[in-house]
Order: sequence, then C-alpha cells, then structure tokens
Amino acid sequence: MSTEPENLQELVNRRYAHGFVTDIESDSLPPGLDENVIRAISARKNEPAFMLEWRLKSYELWCEMQEPKWAHVHYPPIDYNAISYYSAPKSDKDKPQSLDEVDPKLLETYDKLGIPLHERARLAGVAVDAVFDSVSVATTFKEKLSAAGVIFCSFSEAVQKHPELVEKYLGSVVPQRDNFFAALNSAVFSDGSFVYVPKGVRCPMELSTYFRINAANTGQFERTLIVADEGSYVSYLEGCTAPMRDENQLHAAVVELVALQDAEIKYSTVQNWYPGDENGVGGIYNFVTKRGDCRGANSRISWTQVETGSAITWKYPSCILRGENSVGEFYSVAVANNHQQADTGTKMIHIGKNTRSTIVSKGISAGKAQNAYRGLVRVMPQAAGARNHTQCDSLLIGKECGAHTFPYMEIRNPGARIEHEATTSKISADQLFYCRQRGISEEDAVNLIVNGFCKEVFKELPMEFAVEAQALLNVSLEGAVG
Amino acid sequence: MLEIDNLHASVGGNEILRGLSLTVQPGEVHAIMGPNGSGKSTLAQVVAGNESYEVTAGSVRYAGEDLLELAAEERARRGVFLGFQYPVEIPGVNNAYLLKAALNAKRAHAGLGEIDAFEFLQLAREKMALLDMDPKFLNRGVNEGFSGGEKKRNEILQMAVLEPRLAILDETDSGLDIDALRAVAEGVNALRDPDRAVVLVTHYQRLLDYITPDFVHVLSAGRIVKSGGKSLAVELEEKGYDWIKEVANG
Ligand SMILES: Nc1ncnc2c1ncn2[C@@H]1O[C@H](COP(=O)(O)OP(=O)(O)OP(=O)(O)O)[C@@H](O)[C@H]1O
Ligand SMILES: [Mg+2]
Repeated sequence: MSTEPENLQELVNRRYAHGFVTDIESDSLPPGLDENVIRAISARKNEPAFMLEWRLKSYELWCEMQEPKWAHVHYPPIDYNAISYYSAPKSDKDKPQSLDEVDPKLLETYDKLGIPLHERARLAGVAVDAVFDSVSVATTFKEKLSAAGVIFCSFSEAVQKHPELVEKYLGSVVPQRDNFFAALNSAVFSDGSFVYVPKGVRCPMELSTYFRINAANTGQFERTLIVADEGSYVSYLEGCTAPMRDENQLHAAVVELVALQDAEIKYSTVQNWYPGDENGVGGIYNFVTKRGDCRGANSRISWTQVETGSAITWKYPSCILRGENSVGEFYSVAVANNHQQADTGTKMIHIGKNTRSTIVSKGISAGKAQNAYRGLVRVMPQAAGARNHTQCDSLLIGKECGAHTFPYMEIRNPGARIEHEATTSKISADQLFYCRQRGISEEDAVNLIVNGFCKEVFKELPMEFAVEAQALLNVSLEGAVG
Repeated sequence: MLEIDNLHASVGGNEILRGLSLTVQPGEVHAIMGPNGSGKSTLAQVVAGNESYEVTAGSVRYAGEDLLELAAEERARRGVFLGFQYPVEIPGVNNAYLLKAALNAKRAHAGLGEIDAFEFLQLAREKMALLDMDPKFLNRGVNEGFSGGEKKRNEILQMAVLEPRLAILDETDSGLDIDALRAVAEGVNALRDPDRAVVLVTHYQRLLDYITPDFVHVLSAGRIVKSGGKSLAVELEEKGYDWIKEVANG
C-alpha cells in the first residue's frame, strides 16, 4: 500500500489529462479495461487517493498474471475487454413495477422455497417503493448495531466514513497479487460489505447481507471485509436461497476476514446463482477468493457454505492459522446438477503452535455434473502441535456425473496430527426401493438421503438458514432421478 | 385380499416365477417355504413393486385393484408391507425420520394430516417396548451398522408402526436369537386381525411354533408345488425338499 508520493501525484494528474471527468458522468462505462477505466471507477465513487493507488497497483499486477488453468472446470475463454466494469445502479423506473412483471418461473421457485411475499418483490428486483416493510426493519436493525458499536455498511460507505480501517485491513488477508481473479477484483471492485466489531463486543445479532442498504447492485466484482477486534464475536450470513440471476456472466468476489486475539468469526453462505438451463446455457461463472486470517491467539474462523448455483464455481474459503491455539473450520455442501461444474475446497495453513482445523466437505453430483474437492492442509515447521481432521464425502446420483477429490498435504512439522477420511457413495436403486416400499415417493426419498448426507454441515448453519438450505437442496435436485 | 394368478416374472433375463398362483384371504397367515433360489424373495419383491423384476404374464389383484398397475409407493400406502430379507442401510438418514416420513405418507393417502411430533414419539416408543427394542435405535441411521438381528427387528418395528393390511415377511426369522424370534412373533401376532393378512417366507418351522399359519406352501422352481396346513412344515423339517421335487416333477 505504500507508493512513492510522486508516483501518486502523477497518477492523479493523468486522470485529468485524459479527460475522464466527463465520462464518469455517464451511467456506465463502455466495455474494456485499462488504467483510465480504473480511474473512472474510483472517481465515480469519489474515493480517497489511497484507494485509487491501490486499484491501479492491482491492475498492474493483474496485467502480468495468467488465468489459472488447473481447476477441474471447463469454459470458453473469457474476453475481459468485452466486459463493462462500471454501471450505475438501475433506477427504479427501469425495474419491474410489481410482481406481475416478473418471470412466473422465478416466482414458482420462490414459492417452493417458501420465501415470504414481501421478500419476493425485493429479490426479484421490484422497484423499491413497491417493497414495503423492509426499510423500517433495516432501521431498527441499524440502531441496535450502532448502540453496540458495530460498524456494518456497504464497502463504499466504509471507504468514505472509515478510511483508516479500510486502509489498514484491505488486502491484508488476500493480497492484490494473490491470484488472477483476486487481482482483477482488487482493481475494479464495485461494492460489497464492511464489518468492524470492536474489542470485547459480541455482535447482538446475525449480520446478513439482507439488511445492508444497497444490497442489490453490488455487481459482479464484490468485495467484503470483516474485522473482529480482540475478544469479539460475529456471525455473518451471505447470500440467500432465492435464485439470483444476473446478466453478467463472470463474477469474481473477494472476501477477507480478520480475527484478532480471542475473536471469533462465523461466516455462512448459501449461494444460489443461476446455474444455466439444463444445457448449461446462460449460467454464472463464479470465481471467488475467500480467506480468513486468525491473526491473534485463540481466535477462530469458521466457514459454512451451501453451494447450489452457478454454471461454474471455483472457490476455496481458507484459513490462515497464525495465532497460537487458533482454530479454522470449513463445512461445505456443494451440489452440482445438469451441466454444472464445481471446483471447491479449502486451504488450512497452520503457522501458529497448537493450531487446529476441521474440514467437512460434502459433494453431491447429479445429472451430467462434475464436482471436485480440492483441499490443502499445510503445516509450517514452527506449527508444533498442529492438528487437522478432514472428512470428504461424495454422493453420486445417476450414472453420468462425477466426483473428484484432490487432497494436498504439506506437512513440515513431524509432530502434526493429520487425519483424512474420504468416501464416495451412490444413491442406490435398493435404497430408493426400500423408501418407496415404505410409501415415500422417489423424489422425497432422494431428498431424505441427501439431507441425511448433509446433516453435519446443516447443523453448523443458523437455524433459519438451515431450514432454507434444506428446501433449496431439494429444489436443486428436482428431477435428478428417474 | 391378494389374488395371484399364473404369475410369470423374470430378472436379468432369467424367468424365475413360472406360473405361480396363490390366494390369501383377510385374517389368514400363510407360510411359504422352499429351497434356496426357488423364487420366494422374487415373489415378495414383485408383489411389493420392485421394478428390477419384469412381470411377463399373469395377474396380481389386491383389495379389488390391479396391483401391477400401481407404483411401489402406491402399493405401500394402500397397506402392502414387505419386510426385506436384506434390509438396506441408508447412512445418515435418521431411523425415526424415515419412519415418520413413511407414516405420514400413509396418513396423507388416507386423507389424514401429519402426525404431531410428540404423538409420533410416543407411538414409536410404545412399539419398541413391545419388541423389546432399545429406544436409542430411533436416533441411528437407518440400519446403519445394525447387526443382522437388529435389522430384522427394525423391519418389524416399521411394520408395527405402519400397521399394514398385507405384510409379507421375507425370512424375518433368519439370524434371530430366541428372544428376538419371540419378540418378532409377538409383533406379528399383535397385528393379527380379521382384516389383515400375513405372508411369512421362512426356512424354519421354528417360527411357526410361535405364529400358527393357516396354510403352508412349498415353492419350487418358481411355482407352488404343494400346499397344506401347519403339519406340512413339520413334515418338511423332517424330510427336506427332495420328496416334494420328485412329486412335482413326476
Ligand atoms: N439380478 C438377477 N439376475 C439373475 N438372476 C437373479 C437375479 N436376482 C435373482 N436371481 C436368481 O433368481 C433366483 C430366485 O432368487 P430368490 O432370491 O427369489 O430365491 P429365494 O427363494 O428367495 O432363495 P433364498 O431361500 O436363498 O432366499 C435365484 O436363482 C437367483 O440367483
Ligand atoms: Mg430369499
């Protein structure tokens, strides 16, 4: 983050030299990516100089990087110059004015998921004044949080109101150069969430993107930063079970978590991006970098995720266990149906003494889908007493799908205790017949077996989320058998 | 209640049932015996609606309906229950949960609402006590890691909770110790009622000491070759099957 002052001056000057001041007035930028586009994004968001500098540095790094090829997924090449990197939020008059104007198929899915009526309007992007209630709910929510001293706002707002916190922690977990997609995100990110929980505070409620003002339109390059100061606790819920559509195919988000001494962060995701039709057309490519840093002693970060969407998912929520006695956890259910491809997993990097990690991964493949688990457990030489337990289970539904497991272990401390268990099972015709003989329909039998398979992960989710996740799984696997 | 007429069925391209006929009236208990591989389990699976078996000829009627037209779950909801010879394990699926789902499926068919959680638990506990089964089995995965005998008891528990009109028990007595055998017999006897019928597939007349059958049939090469009363089972135990095969072939 430290750059020569002259350099900065030069950059600032160049912005005016290229006359981008007028361009930034327009609602969206033409497709393409270069330095000027980045300046325009930053100016449009009225960012302080350090932010622009940081974006430009990221862009420079990105230009030298190669798109990774090792993930177990296949997709046509992405033309990064065909993407528009900034578009202003849609105005209300461009949005559907009521649920009558929304795709009935989408509404049918909301129905199956049991989503309340007023939420449906919001999720389907109906104009704000048609959406009742949510404003007042959000207001009381904000009041409670500020009484506790918790900062929870959009990333853009944090850049304006808490630049010192943003500057201190941004990129401190996922450096700009970390990987191709993280570098791209760092250069062009549009918006996201920011959370800061002060010392010793137990956040009085679960934070959910639902309550973030401006939750819509965070765009395809979302950025989230959560900092839990010493002795604090926060549980954060991301996403929702309703299917999310987006005309932007490429999504590359970055999430950074920082847990200081004795702090705990629980991050739960239920992700249901549009996976494309049954032939895989039109789905979202989801390339996400999520990482938590257990920076202080006795800190704890746990990731719980239920992934059912996207055409392609590439995602490895990870923990860096730096503080002594720190704990990292990863609980995941990834479902791939039809032509979906999922390549997910986690990395647990043990640095501090007596650090512990737990990985529970449940992969479900149906249709023609491919599901890969990729997990790395690295124990550094100084991490005496490190322990890891990995449980990696795959469930196959049908004959044309696949599951792949790639466990990597780099153990450089001889005293580390590492356990790895992996199983692959199929929903057998015998199991289905057994259930049907007891009067349970085939579809319900599949749901029963799948939910049983995922139980260990669901129990990590907050109660209401778990119920929704279960319903979501059932909908995602509809028609998977027979 | 159950009328099987000239049933032919094959699996994997082999004809296993070759013109089997059997009639079971309400209130009756029938025992089916016969050598290994004679088609006893095949008969049970075909009646229950397992689609891996192909019915090539004949008919099966149940309570006035053409049973072969109905999907397996439809048959179950109408009261057909099969106690499996080899109950399958379903890891991770809670035993109580499956049982409740099964009961609710049946109730829905009868136009009843879902059973309340408390009521269900009471019912399950009561039936388990009858079968001398430890309540902890409710919270285990379906048959997951159960011993052979425990699996069989679990089948009887399901039967006791679902109260079928036609129960077909495929070698539920095999692999049971004396106490378990008695418990299973008790479960079956508790179900006996003028409106219900039971078909017991067994190799041992021992079970029939506890559950007195109205009829005993001998199945050989896919057909019923001899029928009689309880004394036939005793005779089989003494003489084996050879003499019957000779009678059937001759
Ligand atoms: N999938 C299959 N493919 C080919 N043959 C099969 C298949 N399944 C069963 N069979 C055969 O069908 C015949 C009848 O089997 P079945 O299980 O009905 O016998 P059973 O009378 O129940 O015998 P047991 O007393 O040993 O339980 C056996 O010869 C068996 O090998
Ligand atoms: Mg058999």
